[in-house]
Amino acid sequence: MADIDKPRRSFLTRLATLFGGLALLEAGWIATSFLGGRRKATAAPDKSAEQIAGPVERFEPGSVTAFGDGHFYLARLDDGGFLALHRKCTHLGCAVPWNVDEQRFACPCHGSAFDIRGDVLSSPATRALDQFAVRIDNGIVKVDTSRPIRRAVFEADQVTRA
Amino acid sequence: MPDNNNNNWASARSLVQHARPVRVPEAALRFTHTFGLGGMALVLFLVLLGTGLLMIFVYEPTPEGAYKSILHMQDETLFGRLIRGAHHWGANLLIAVTVLHLFRVFLTGGFQGVRRSNWFIGLGMMVLILVSGFTGYLLPWDQVSYWAITVCTEMLAYVPVVGQGLQRLVVGGTEIGAATILNFYALHTVVVPLLLIMLMTWHFWRVRLAGGVIVPSDREDAVARGGYVPYRPNLIEREKAVALVLVAFVVVIAIMFGAPLDLPANPGTSPNPVKAPWYFIGLQELLLHVHPLFAVLVIPSTLSLALIGVAYLPCDGSSTGRWFLSAKGRRMSALAAATAVVFTTAWILVDEWVVDPGGWMPGSAPVISDGLLPFAVLLAGVTAFYMSLKKYFSATVGETVQAMFVLFAVSFTVLTVTGVWFRGAGMVLMWPWQI
Repeated sequence: MADIDKPRRSFLTRLATLFGGLALLEAGWIATSFLGGRRKATAAPDKSAEQIAGPVERFEPGSVTAFGDGHFYLARLDDGGFLALHRKCTHLGCAVPWNVDEQRFACPCHGSAFDIRGDVLSSPATRALDQFAVRIDNGIVKVDTSRPIRRAVFEADQVTRA
Repeated sequence: MPDNNNNNWASARSLVQHARPVRVPEAALRFTHTFGLGGMALVLFLVLLGTGLLMIFVYEPTPEGAYKSILHMQDETLFGRLIRGAHHWGANLLIAVTVLHLFRVFLTGGFQGVRRSNWFIGLGMMVLILVSGFTGYLLPWDQVSYWAITVCTEMLAYVPVVGQGLQRLVVGGTEIGAATILNFYALHTVVVPLLLIMLMTWHFWRVRLAGGVIVPSDREDAVARGGYVPYRPNLIEREKAVALVLVAFVVVIAIMFGAPLDLPANPGTSPNPVKAPWYFIGLQELLLHVHPLFAVLVIPSTLSLALIGVAYLPCDGSSTGRWFLSAKGRRMSALAAATAVVFTTAWILVDEWVVDPGGWMPGSAPVISDGLLPFAVLLAGVTAFYMSLKKYFSATVGETVQAMFVLFAVSFTVLTVTGVWFRGAGMVLMWPWQI
């Protein structure tokens, strides 16, 4: 009698373990889906909209203009090209102010500095400031602030020209 | 039934009593043997639970409402300052006490054999307590908390491959905002405390299983010959005394100093300087000297693996339960501590004013000149120190590992002290009174 029961019992035990494991996987899947859906709900409303910075002539060559609400600086290089630079220091994320006198972005937190093109002038930062895509449409400068673009150093093809 | 009440009361009391052994070894009772640090951590946890539970009913976890609800708590609520102050100081003390408890357990050799699993549970709780401190740090939503959390979550992004995804998961988006505060609030008030309670229960049970607190090996014979005393009053009265003094201490400093509150968070302007919470400032200081990859990943994970690995070292258990294992161990650890203070300070100063490896090797990647090179030098130095220490003192593995632990602990302390008291605006080195 007991010998007949043994394989049945171990079969049932294994079956229970299998179903238990499946139930756990299912619960995990439900939980991650639930928490994943949260991200969409809390994302900023319609960030894909471009921000209109203004007409090209408004920005002097060699100038930097801050756009506080868009978290970026619009830099016009000496040759007239445009770069939109993310306000966030690439070292540890502090907000970098533009210092007109020294012509540099100087981070207050850990002393990193960047030039007008976003290139690192002094460490501890190791990467150039992130940029946003710039588009010039009928003489109006538009900046896509939805996604900061990472880059190692400044390169000529990052500049948008009128 | 006339004595029904009495029975309930008795059963509640016996629940507490059953958590403790009936008799405890007298040799383990001396205060300087454990300093009561584990018990202190439990008391502080209960203080945090009580004050935290009250604040849940007042606090509003949104970027718009958080700071206002703290102001309301502080300025318009009776005992609001006291509750928030006790929570603030209790939390900081808990981190300090937990670190010291870890040191105590390590330095008395209680991390091997039957205590190995409890060493791991303890490490897990240490991580949870740091997560708890970190998630709680953001909640006041003032300038200090906003930028400290910014700096810390940006550190995460330096981890290769998974770093940026991890950062996005923690922050709940690309910028610290509503999603972050909700994330941290849920973790801080529910997830972490729940996990901590589970691990704590397990931790205490494993202590009982291991036969209570570790007994000094030179007193083991005395214990075996009957050196046991009833836990009541010998242990319970000591525990009560420590708990009451600790609670009184927390209340007094909460009343005297309150909890700090800076200006409301402003994502547009970083204050100068921005510092991580003090328990992560050592890492931030490290980040000023070596490449991020090494400061936030290689060095911390090497040390964490070492903390796990020591539990498997072939130490002979004959001298456990004594501070630094032996008189020789004490001398070795003192030497290691002195070496750590001198070398870490010298390294900070030299790196700040003299050496610039990147400048010597123009064209080489920063990860090599600021990362691999200093790390290799460090590793070589540490290995040489280990070998010569072991040889000169003709010490056991256990004694040498203790000394190495002291070396790293003191180095990290020097980094932390430098970051907290010797870094001013722009993270420039200066004297504490100049900041």
